Amino acid sequence: MHIPDGYLGPQTYGALYALMAPLWFWASRTVKKTLRARQVPLLALGAAFAFVIMMFNVPTPGGSTGHAVGGALIAIVLGPWAAMLSLSVTLVVQALLFGDGGLTAIGANTFNMAFIMPFSAYSIYKLLKGKAEAGSKRALFAAGAAGYLSLNLSALFTGVELGLQPLLAHKPDGTPLYNPYPLQIAVPVMAAQHLLFFGWIEAVVTALVVAYLAKTDPALLEPSTREKE
Amino acid sequence: MRPAWLVTKMEDLAACPCCTVGVGGKGFVERTLLGIASFFKEAIFSEEIARAPGFLQHLDPRVKLFSFALFLVAASLMKKALPLLGLYLFTLLLASASRITLGFFLKRVFFFIPLFSGLIALPALFLVPGEPLITFFSLGGFTLAITKSGLSSAFFLVLRVATSVSFAVLLVLTTRWPQLLKALRIFKLPQVFVLILGMTHRYLYLLIALIEEMHLAKKSRTIQRDGLRKEQRWVASRIGFLFGKSRRMADEVYQAMISRGFDGEARVLDTFRMTRMDVLWLGLSVLLFVLALWIGGIA
Repeated sequence: MHIPDGYLGPQTYGALYALMAPLWFWASRTVKKTLRARQVPLLALGAAFAFVIMMFNVPTPGGSTGHAVGGALIAIVLGPWAAMLSLSVTLVVQALLFGDGGLTAIGANTFNMAFIMPFSAYSIYKLLKGKAEAGSKRALFAAGAAGYLSLNLSALFTGVELGLQPLLAHKPDGTPLYNPYPLQIAVPVMAAQHLLFFGWIEAVVTALVVAYLAKTDPALLEPSTREKE
Repeated sequence: MRPAWLVTKMEDLAACPCCTVGVGGKGFVERTLLGIASFFKEAIFSEEIARAPGFLQHLDPRVKLFSFALFLVAASLMKKALPLLGLYLFTLLLASASRITLGFFLKRVFFFIPLFSGLIALPALFLVPGEPLITFFSLGGFTLAITKSGLSSAFFLVLRVATSVSFAVLLVLTTRWPQLLKALRIFKLPQVFVLILGMTHRYLYLLIALIEEMHLAKKSRTIQRDGLRKEQRWVASRIGFLFGKSRRMADEVYQAMISRGFDGEARVLDTFRMTRMDVLWLGLSVLLFVLALWIGGIA
């Protein structure tokens, strides 16, 4: 889902950078208040952890493998604001160091994967879990649903950003300047692969990891209470 | 940092398909090990290029970052193909001036990173409406033809992506990570953010080494594949374990930082020094930026 350089026009990537800037500012203030000086190593390790989730190959039916993005999991274990900062750092490192995602597209990629994904995942998880116990069936279902839905929502935004390009910028004869596929193509293509394949991996990984943490170290699932110790 | 022979050894280990084989190919354990091996290999290789005595390696990282940001913006704004092609050729010139072999550079840009942009551009040949150039068949209301605007938009997309990716690859390959981080301050990023980026990079290697050990251990204990559910549960348990470990490590690192006098503020030693070459390059890149937009047009 990492958008490379050259697919988005300056109006789009500029606007998304401008959108993310106040969010980063706000997030760092919120995190500072709740985590104080601990934030530095916690966010750094959170970001490193978010990075390596993608290195785990997950077996899927039929013998192929895929990997999870981990945005939902990070949101559940770190809380949405810290998750947003950690995932942003991860995406910056990926773009700067490993060429995953373009440098001009950092604003867009962080918007999709570090803002839309953790915030939607966190709200879905909290909403569906209700007052259920951390390791209960309902909580695990909530985690899986949060993974599935948040990944798809984030894919939808990616599809819309790409699909808007032919509308926003084209030559006088109608030749598109950036991503050439309109919304009718970009959105269904992005949606299909995530609805059918990647969404399920995200759901399985999120639910199973939450189940593991609930069994072995439930304190890790309560990002807010843990900090008050 | 791991020596090269160890990396190749690891790759040999990982490539062994004798156990945990999936249907039709490698199992998930092998794939993860292979991914990790190529990650380390890549990291070592980049480090070697960044230390080589080339043109871009000698520039002040702040100047380099600023000029490359200009080039990237220019590449994203230009709307004429020929000037964009010129900007692309300029990246090849820079690569050879920086001791990056052309074959490696081209492979990296065209094959390694945006493989998917080549594939993505392909259907555009047919799908972008316009005057048909080569018609394959026409059936009822449906015509399969390569259109003129399809061809030009596919060419344009690949050219733009190649140019942007080339600049990004050049920047990353010729700058050592700590220097690149320090240089990020020209964008007025908060110091603490730069500190977090640096720490993330450091702990990344530690976590990846841990994952490698987990998978090697699993591989050495495996004679037959488990069921899908059990394997998925194993992967999830390792992710969960790794999270617990990073969480504890974050606390320990925090204690260690406090005991060494960390007070929440990040301070960096500034060792950058601009040379005459940097000033010259800065002027040249601004000139090139203006020229590129003047000739290339603004989208």
